[in-house]
Amino acid sequence: MSNLLAARSQMAVSLAFHIVFAEVGIAMPLMMVIAEWRWMRTREHVYLELAKRWAKGTAILFAVGAVSGTVLSFELGLLWPEFMRFAGSIIGMPFSLEGFAFFTEAIFLGVYLYGWEKISPRAHLAAGAVVALSGVASGIFVVIANAWMNAPAGFRLIGGQPVDVNPIAAMANPGAFSQTLHMTIAAYASTAIAVGGIHAFVLLRQRKSLDERLVRFHRGALAVALSIGIPAAILQPLSGDLSARFVARIQPVKFAAMEGQFSSERGAPLRIGGWPSEVERRTRFAIEIPRALSLLAYDDANALVRGLEEFPRNDWPPVPVVHVSFQLMVALGTTMAIVATWAGVVVLRHKSFELSPNDRPLLLGLSIIAPFGFLATEAGWFTTEVGRQPWIIFGVLRTKEAVTPMPGLIVPFVVVSLLYCGLGAVVVWLLWRQIVKTTGDRTQVDRISSATTSRP
Amino acid sequence: MSTQPFLTPQSEIAGAIAVALNIYALSAGADFGGGVWDLFAIGPRRDRQRELIANAIAPIWEANHVWLILVVVLLFTAFPPAFSRLMTLLHIPLTLMLLGIVLRGSAFTFRSYDSQRDRVQRRWGRIFAIASILTPLLLGVILGAIATGKLSAARLSNPASFAEVYVQPWLAPFPIGVGALALVLFALLAAVYLTVEAKDAALREDFRRRALWAGTAVAVVAAMNLYLARAHAPLVWSELTEGSLAMGFRIGAAISALGAMASLWLRRFRWARVAAAIEVSLILWGWALGQYPYLVPPDLTVDNSAAPPATLRLLAIALVAGLALLLPSLRYLFKVFKEGY
Repeated sequence: MSNLLAARSQMAVSLAFHIVFAEVGIAMPLMMVIAEWRWMRTREHVYLELAKRWAKGTAILFAVGAVSGTVLSFELGLLWPEFMRFAGSIIGMPFSLEGFAFFTEAIFLGVYLYGWEKISPRAHLAAGAVVALSGVASGIFVVIANAWMNAPAGFRLIGGQPVDVNPIAAMANPGAFSQTLHMTIAAYASTAIAVGGIHAFVLLRQRKSLDERLVRFHRGALAVALSIGIPAAILQPLSGDLSARFVARIQPVKFAAMEGQFSSERGAPLRIGGWPSEVERRTRFAIEIPRALSLLAYDDANALVRGLEEFPRNDWPPVPVVHVSFQLMVALGTTMAIVATWAGVVVLRHKSFELSPNDRPLLLGLSIIAPFGFLATEAGWFTTEVGRQPWIIFGVLRTKEAVTPMPGLIVPFVVVSLLYCGLGAVVVWLLWRQIVKTTGDRTQVDRISSATTSRP
Repeated sequence: MSTQPFLTPQSEIAGAIAVALNIYALSAGADFGGGVWDLFAIGPRRDRQRELIANAIAPIWEANHVWLILVVVLLFTAFPPAFSRLMTLLHIPLTLMLLGIVLRGSAFTFRSYDSQRDRVQRRWGRIFAIASILTPLLLGVILGAIATGKLSAARLSNPASFAEVYVQPWLAPFPIGVGALALVLFALLAAVYLTVEAKDAALREDFRRRALWAGTAVAVVAAMNLYLARAHAPLVWSELTEGSLAMGFRIGAAISALGAMASLWLRRFRWARVAAAIEVSLILWGWALGQYPYLVPPDLTVDNSAAPPATLRLLAIALVAGLALLLPSLRYLFKVFKEGY
């Protein structure tokens, strides 16, 4: 394994790991706050129980997200010192702002988790709301920096070095809006659909063994999750469309790889599935919808779509990886949107987000799509990150020029991978051991309540 | 000390980095120190010692940790070449420190939320404690390696062996000495803070004894470091012995160290807390000012590695605005969970 590949793999593993916790850190606080707010309004104990249960899970996931995020902020320099030397002064700004947003998040999460009995209910709810808001802000700032790598702005290149640096213009880069929108909605859709799916699964599986109180608990949880998951999953394909149009204009070579488009073509077809062969320079086995790609990207069925052949071979990203991850993301996202629409219809019919345990086909559908959001997020990140290759800053700095000169990078790659595999396994096991397994056991619930309200 | 104007935009940001590092040492440092005392929890009140430590750390450690992230982002935004150099030459100790950070944070959280008291939970406790020792040790090693002035560009450009470039600058007596100093200082801070936070007398006495031991260890390790600095960190050594300002810091640190010990002896725990915090701060500032204007000696200074003025100006504005938001929030956090703030 070459040093460059080891560095890229370590970055990929670190991001793929962190992104799940980052999404949860953005969306879970909102769900906690909604549950707590419903408890304050309705005084139904089930919502308080829910807020506390979710807070416990959030605490575990947030801690892992915080430390894995710290690793990433160092890895930017540990793996890509030339990138940071070049770009630090240009895109350090959003990272600094993220620092403050993350600070606020950490402070008020501490207040929320440990302050149940120390501050007034209103202040407690407000602390949760601050966590939810600063979580979104953190995510947006980090994604702005990533969007700049796709659409660099705010400087001029003279002799290979940046001059006339303007950090505001860098933050307002043309990729920022569509990418932050897509990622923020992804966080809500992935998390809410996953949480909803888990509760739907329990309702479906243990319908007969659950007592009335537990059915109430899971229905309440599913209702809160759906109130976020349904709109997010339905909106996501629209924001995806916006993102794809942006990519078609700013990064046509990435767009061509995503769509498996090798030759430049007027009235290009939309390819569903298929395997692009870089050697044969064509995409085989795809279902082609005539002219649909031109129409989708440019609102004109005869518009010209530029193919990979227009670009030098050494500027191509790995086409099969980009095409397949893109297709996977779209397939997963579309399925989520369809099931969410179905759930939306049922919700409208019931005039309530609370599904009945008798809505069995829908509960089954929601259980199946539970992991889809996180999988789609991973596939989407692969699309945008691998699709940017061979550049670390698109069109400006090549990834191989940015990598650290330190030899033997396979060692930290293996260490970080093992660490994250272990941590991931522990988190899943802990959540299962502490939350799913103990669902509904009255004494456990009480113990959780006291654990989250521990003494100073 | 240099003759250039003291307050330039870049020196202000460098000062802000030192302040953030200082607060990190006083807050997160004590959290790491808590992990040390978790490992060394002995005697009849062993479990209660651990419980006190856990309750002291739990609500605040994540917020305290963010000061380090602030140090990193300020460094790479305002001084990209310095960041790039450090991350390249100190790759190994930084990666090891990150392992410590990840394991400390996750193991602590896993232990707190794993409500089944059994063997598994004790294992988290052990990982938490060991990572709490590893991390400050490496943080000190990294700061010590910077102070030796051996992280030069020439080290990278001249063909040399792997060990010469990536290992020798930090696996050396002075950096290891600074690592040991960071560890005992953090252990001292933790023990002193816990004397204030302990609610019953026996527990308070436990940590008073620990604080006195740690204070003695600090004196020994600090003396050893001064000896090592003479041979291995000439820049810091000459500033410490010749610079009048830095000399003042050294004397101040010694006085506050004595003050902390005396207050502990007399059971004036709040005074001890103040004195220990001043002691740690003065040691840190003595190093920072001793090294100024160098960020990464022997060649990278605050001026020659600074980002363009537009970036520095915006960063300064963001810092002021951010702190205006942050400080009241932090005050609130400590008001809710800690007494006497």
